[in-house]
Amino acid sequence: MKKNRTLEDAIAAIPSGATVMVGGFGNPGTPFSLINELVRQGQTQLTLIKNDANEPHHGISRLIENGQVDRLVTTHIGLNKTVIELMNQGKIDVQFHPQGMLAEKIRTAGSGSYGFLTDIGLESEITQQKDVLEWQGQTYKVEMALTADYALIHAAQADWLGNLLYQGSAINFSPLMAMAADHVIVETIDLKQPGHFKPEHIHTPGAFVDSVVELKALTDDYGILDHHVRR
Amino acid sequence: MSVVERILTRAVLEITQGSIVNLGIGLPTQVLHYLPDDFDAQIHSENGILGAWKQSAPENMDPFLIDSAGAYVSLREGASLFDSAVSFAIIRRARLDLTMIGAFEVDAQGNLANWKIPGKFSPGIGGAMELAQKTKRLVVLTTHTDKQGRPKILEHCRLPLTAKACTDRIISDLAVIDVTPEGLMVREKLVDISNDELQDKTEAKLMFTAEE
Repeated sequence: MKKNRTLEDAIAAIPSGATVMVGGFGNPGTPFSLINELVRQGQTQLTLIKNDANEPHHGISRLIENGQVDRLVTTHIGLNKTVIELMNQGKIDVQFHPQGMLAEKIRTAGSGSYGFLTDIGLESEITQQKDVLEWQGQTYKVEMALTADYALIHAAQADWLGNLLYQGSAINFSPLMAMAADHVIVETIDLKQPGHFKPEHIHTPGAFVDSVVELKALTDDYGILDHHVRR
Repeated sequence: MSVVERILTRAVLEITQGSIVNLGIGLPTQVLHYLPDDFDAQIHSENGILGAWKQSAPENMDPFLIDSAGAYVSLREGASLFDSAVSFAIIRRARLDLTMIGAFEVDAQGNLANWKIPGKFSPGIGGAMELAQKTKRLVVLTTHTDKQGRPKILEHCRLPLTAKACTDRIISDLAVIDVTPEGLMVREKLVDISNDELQDKTEAKLMFTAEE
């Protein structure tokens, strides 16, 4: 079945109040075009799950600055002073996880399981006593799986069956989120016919993907950020 | 030589040939640029790279390839790219030989605080907790005192901890100090400073080797 959708139709499926996973670690992997369309359409009361908050006026920071996001589940927002300020003012609820724990919670959900045991952060203020259990003489923290209604994913290449390939450090959370969300919306600049890619090179099989949006061009959002270039 | 250059110049000597190394955000990421171009080490970046290397010239820079601090990097021959779950599996399975990491405070027991100053700074812990807790050898890079001249090497950390008893060695702009079961042992001085002067700038009790 062809999964091609227009940008507008793909994003219009997301209702206000939805929980949305967004791929990307910093710029690479951030689906800017899908996010910018969500800004344009204006859905509100969103819960976003993303490694970081991008940088001010960029990526999901636009959704947050626009008042569309009630809650952000993340690992580190140190590169976004604007979102830190909104958090400190109480305008957005931010929940932090250690980065590998966030990845593993999403991976666990994507594998159809419900939680896992870990020794990460057992003695940290991040860990609450209610999450700790004894099992066969050892102490563990219970981490629950993390699901979402939607995932927004940037793929370097895709076919219209929803088979996906990523590039560079843009892989990061994307294949995990593509497995963990109920509805997966993908953007790509390079959409091919099924059969174009070698089957063993595909990162995410099309079974996890619901909609594929073909981008006409990559906007400036995807380009080099000058302040991360070493002088 | 600036304070930062002194720390980085000494830090680079910690990396052994053939090792797998993570360089934390801040001072440690800059260590990469002090490594000789033919140095045999694989740099891990927690956003999904094993084999990251120095930034390319602007015309060859890849906008889809950054380190965990957001800086553009290149790849060495033999590099691999993977998702965040795999990246942290490498960390939690203790496949990193060395992590260098920054600090707000580090103490005589090797406890590390580097992620939160309650009421002032709380951008999230990122990958620091797992790196500190699980890396085979953790070397802290830090200025010896903060901008107000207050010691950062303490008897007991006061800020929320990143991880307990995780630090093996501290490299400051003044000295190289090992965390031992008996306490902090000064191994090298990086400037001309007396034992008493160094102790004055350090809250934790220091031990000095016999020949000092």
